Amino acid sequence: MKVRRVSTGRKVFIVCNTIFLLLMALLCVLPLLNLFAISLSGKAAANSGMVTFWPVDFTTMAYEKTFQNANFIRSIAISVARTLIGTFFSMFVIVTAGYALSKDFRGRTVLMWFFVFTMLFGGGLIPSYLVNSALGLKNSFWVYIIPGAFSCYNLILIMNFFKSIPKALEEAALVDGANFFQILWKIFLPLSKAGLATVALFIMVGNWNEWFTGILYMSDTKDYPLASFLQVIVVQGNQQDLALDPTSAAAMSERTIKAAQVFIGALPILMVYPFLQKHFAKGIVMGAVKE
Amino acid sequence: MGMNGKHSKGLKGHPKTWRQEVAHNWPLYVLVLPSIILAVIFCYIPMGGLVMAFQNYKPWLGIRGSEFIGMENFKQIFMFKESYQAIINTLIIAVAKIICGLVVPIVMALLLNEVRHAGLKKGIQTLVYLPHFLSWITVAGMLRDILGLDGIVNSFLQKLGVDPIFFLGEAGMFRQIVVISDVWKGFGFGMIVYLAAISNIDQNLYEVAEMDGANRWQQTIHITLTGILPMIIVMATLSLGNVLNAGFDQIFNLYSPLTYSTGDIIDTYVYRQSLVNGQYSFGTAVGLFKSGVGLLLTAIAYKLAYKFAGYRIF
Repeated sequence: MKVRRVSTGRKVFIVCNTIFLLLMALLCVLPLLNLFAISLSGKAAANSGMVTFWPVDFTTMAYEKTFQNANFIRSIAISVARTLIGTFFSMFVIVTAGYALSKDFRGRTVLMWFFVFTMLFGGGLIPSYLVNSALGLKNSFWVYIIPGAFSCYNLILIMNFFKSIPKALEEAALVDGANFFQILWKIFLPLSKAGLATVALFIMVGNWNEWFTGILYMSDTKDYPLASFLQVIVVQGNQQDLALDPTSAAAMSERTIKAAQVFIGALPILMVYPFLQKHFAKGIVMGAVKE
Repeated sequence: MGMNGKHSKGLKGHPKTWRQEVAHNWPLYVLVLPSIILAVIFCYIPMGGLVMAFQNYKPWLGIRGSEFIGMENFKQIFMFKESYQAIINTLIIAVAKIICGLVVPIVMALLLNEVRHAGLKKGIQTLVYLPHFLSWITVAGMLRDILGLDGIVNSFLQKLGVDPIFFLGEAGMFRQIVVISDVWKGFGFGMIVYLAAISNIDQNLYEVAEMDGANRWQQTIHITLTGILPMIIVMATLSLGNVLNAGFDQIFNLYSPLTYSTGDIIDTYVYRQSLVNGQYSFGTAVGLFKSGVGLLLTAIAYKLAYKFAGYRIF
């Protein structure tokens, strides 16, 4: 191996660059850390703005109070249900279509344009609202699942995964008399597990984070998923309705409780993030820049 | 989405007639059916509902019974100061986001590429990708706390002797906050495509350049940046379609009447006009104006991306 002479200027650059990048990286997590520290701090410390990145007057009271709140627990249950069912349904819809569209058949081009157009244009807020209401989805759990299940973007991602599977495998199976359904189930699904898991995780994150549907279609806040619940607390600042009984609210710092609730909302994302991060770079690149 | 120019060849080519096609490929059509049904119901039927933009829609009369008033709603878009302002705000915020959303990830990817220590590189990547996955509700919750009167930014300023500032109530700062927080949330994730493009560059080029006496800076410009130029062109042209997308989720959760003058965008305006004020037709007309222009821009963008970089959607 050739030894490379490193100039002083280069050394200075490397040091400055590393420090800069580390600061940028820290900047990406410090706000979350601040939030977490506030959620674990005492009322006086939090309200006076003393908390930075480490709890002051450590207490888990905000979390205890939050988990005593039946509405909060209920919204978590709704979020979990919509995330699991929604992801499963969505994957079923786009995996079947993605597989079919990875084949070259006569109607494919027309169908692709039919789907791609949904990415480019839409009816917008009120027409969609009218359609969903006419279908009886207002105040129904299924409004979280069905209208958003199809996504052309994810369809194209999955289609590209399937396209990268060697054709020879499929041809051999066809010769052996397998049909398209068997090929999808026995060859394509097992071979693209990692890719499908990535897309599924993306859809899960999207489902967990989605907040607008609840606000728009549910007349009772009891039917809100956690994201909508948090939207009301964080943005509309409405604690009485959703959070605590007034007496304990007075004894507690609204700020620490808010911080705890927002942090709990982000926790599942933080928990799946390592798995997500392991696969998505590959997934994005495969889907977005194939070949 | 692919960057290959050539069409993929099929398994056995196309059957001659539709009858043969159906006999042979019917399972494929069955598999696409759920997606077709959902797209028709939840994408195409609402498009039909856009006729209400040309009506004076009354909920109790429905689309069939409401009166047609032609282009009246569209004329009003530019007559009302509020809707006009919302369009201007949208353009300013969206264009600023597009430019920052291109430049910052490219610069960061180039800088990260100079980090040779694999573990360090991986660690930095892990941290900067994270904000992308947080919801705007989480981020809005953090921003409202951090930028609040008792927030960490103000307590820092206080130490410097500056009076507390209610950042999210200042119309003059709102756009900056929106653009910066958007860059914060998205730059790491935006880097991925450029890092992938950099890793595809032929390493021999660097050795040749070194022998020719090119220094690191020259190598970065002439090899790395030139190497990822096709990707930059694709990302730049595709972002053209977002000129009217200023980000509903973000702004809806950060703005307030105090910042409407600089922060109200088309999407939030449509929401308030339609669902708060009950101006269904007018709100839909503004929305249609937005998605019409958006469609046109996206079509142009795809055309350009195909022409200059061989990019194809499918």
